[in-house]
Amino acid sequence: MSKENEVDLARRLMRGDAAAFEPFLELFRGKVFQYAFLMCGQREDAEEVAQEALLKVFQNFDQLREPERVRPWVLRIARNACYMKRRKSVFAPEEEISLDALLPELQQNGGQRRLEIADWSALPDSQVLQGELREALDRAIRELPEIYRSVILLRDVEELSGEEAAEVLDVSLDVVKTRLHRARLMVRKKLDAYLRRVQKG
Amino acid sequence: MPDCKEVFALLSQYIDHELPEGLCEEMERHIAGCAPCVEFVESLRRTVALCHQFRAEDRPGPLPADIQQELLAAYRQMLAARGSS
Repeated sequence: MSKENEVDLARRLMRGDAAAFEPFLELFRGKVFQYAFLMCGQREDAEEVAQEALLKVFQNFDQLREPERVRPWVLRIARNACYMKRRKSVFAPEEEISLDALLPELQQNGGQRRLEIADWSALPDSQVLQGELREALDRAIRELPEIYRSVILLRDVEELSGEEAAEVLDVSLDVVKTRLHRARLMVRKKLDAYLRRVQKG
Repeated sequence: MPDCKEVFALLSQYIDHELPEGLCEEMERHIAGCAPCVEFVESLRRTVALCHQFRAEDRPGPLPADIQQELLAAYRQMLAARGSS
């Protein structure tokens, strides 16, 4: 569902239009569950977190000042519900991973420099994400350290802006940028390994 | 002009169009003349494009009717409290 639709649903709910309740619930339950599931890793926890978060959403719906920001607003409530569930590691920031660890291997062949890299151009431009490629991406995201996983989920999967993701996670915009770059590089590296395996046959 | 490592450090901001114009042009100039960087930028762009399409395969189970009622009641209460304040 497009962003306009969800903003429209939020506006209608604010006006008290109860017919928007079910489609809104359906849409955001999926989003909240997905975020919670990928952050906590357990289906049962994710279902619980989703219910708790949605209850807060409806109880506090009048606090959503700008319907345009309904997606980050709901995801922030989801993120807080995840923290309540897990508690641990909230105040234990992990150190940022060094970029050097994520540099690709460069081969020097005389004057020629070549990357040790899969042939990404072999993926069609409109590559539909399905099958083994989808699974490889799923694994790559789940294996990310938590501080990187949350950022890539918000920025690249939910397509929030950098500012919105910073607000959801209570960190600065610079931290979002730093972590997003590392998260993408880690995911890229894993997908690259997968593609190389496939392309070798 | 930035070298490969400097380009590498800024690539996400580059593909998100977040860099100041001058720096962005310098990055472009470096990349245009550097085959490994061309290849790497492409792989990172594709990674981001795939993430945009990503949806977890697991979906939530059916919502029990009593929970749905509870959520709807919370919404109605919120409306009523707002109306009376």
